[in-house]
Amino acid sequence: MKFGIMVNEGPYTHQAADTAYHFVKAALDKGHEIYRVFFYHDGVNNGTRLTTPPQDDRNIVERWSKLAEEHGLDLVVCVAAAQRRGIVDPDEAKRHGKDADNIAPGFRISGLGQLIEAGIQSDRLVVFGD
Amino acid sequence: MSEEMGGEGAVKKFMYINRKAPYGTIYALESLEVVLIGAAFDQDVSLVFMDDGVYQLKKGQDTGGVDMKNFSPTYRALEGYDVEKLYVEKESMEARGLTPDDLVVPVEVKTSGEISALMEEQDVILSF
Repeated sequence: MKFGIMVNEGPYTHQAADTAYHFVKAALDKGHEIYRVFFYHDGVNNGTRLTTPPQDDRNIVERWSKLAEEHGLDLVVCVAAAQRRGIVDPDEAKRHGKDADNIAPGFRISGLGQLIEAGIQSDRLVVFGD
Repeated sequence: MSEEMGGEGAVKKFMYINRKAPYGTIYALESLEVVLIGAAFDQDVSLVFMDDGVYQLKKGQDTGGVDMKNFSPTYRALEGYDVEKLYVEKESMEARGLTPDDLVVPVEVKTSGEISALMEEQDVILSF
């Protein structure tokens, strides 16, 4: 089956961010396809490489980046939600005159149309959040 | 419509469920942003307002005191985006002492059972 995934909550604050990861990993292990993972609301905070959790805790951001590298996942951070919350890629940093970017490897910033497209193209769109 | 599901140019039934109060969290505002962008994709769209989400449509919102933008007028613009199916859950509305006259847009009032049946028909449900 082809899944679209939506992640609506931030890492460490809300278990939805963990559950989404475990769902995606389990689906891939079972041979399913992940069309796209779309990060919205505080979910965009899953995409900053500046996250530095305690060493004895899971690294949620690195975990996504690694999974993306292994499986060619399309991890998309909503641009409007990202701008509000300070998630920035090099292009966005330049466009808005910011002194840095923080997007994590394997993530890209794009528009809400990517979410709708995932809903259209996937067999199921699974939403993780409150 | 749905026989084209999954192919190029497919039309799917998208339902947006709004369950939270308009202010206090950003869910309502960012839900509306998805609806507006999604309208460009010419899908079969409906919106449900239930639980505290019913308050999103309440007339006379004054957000001056909390320094937030009052985005309730945007619901009146949805018709221009061909988003015309707006459902309010009867039980949620009545529990909050509201009637359709208290809302900024015309809506269809549906019982939770009817909303449930509508959900069954959907291809994609986005809950905010």
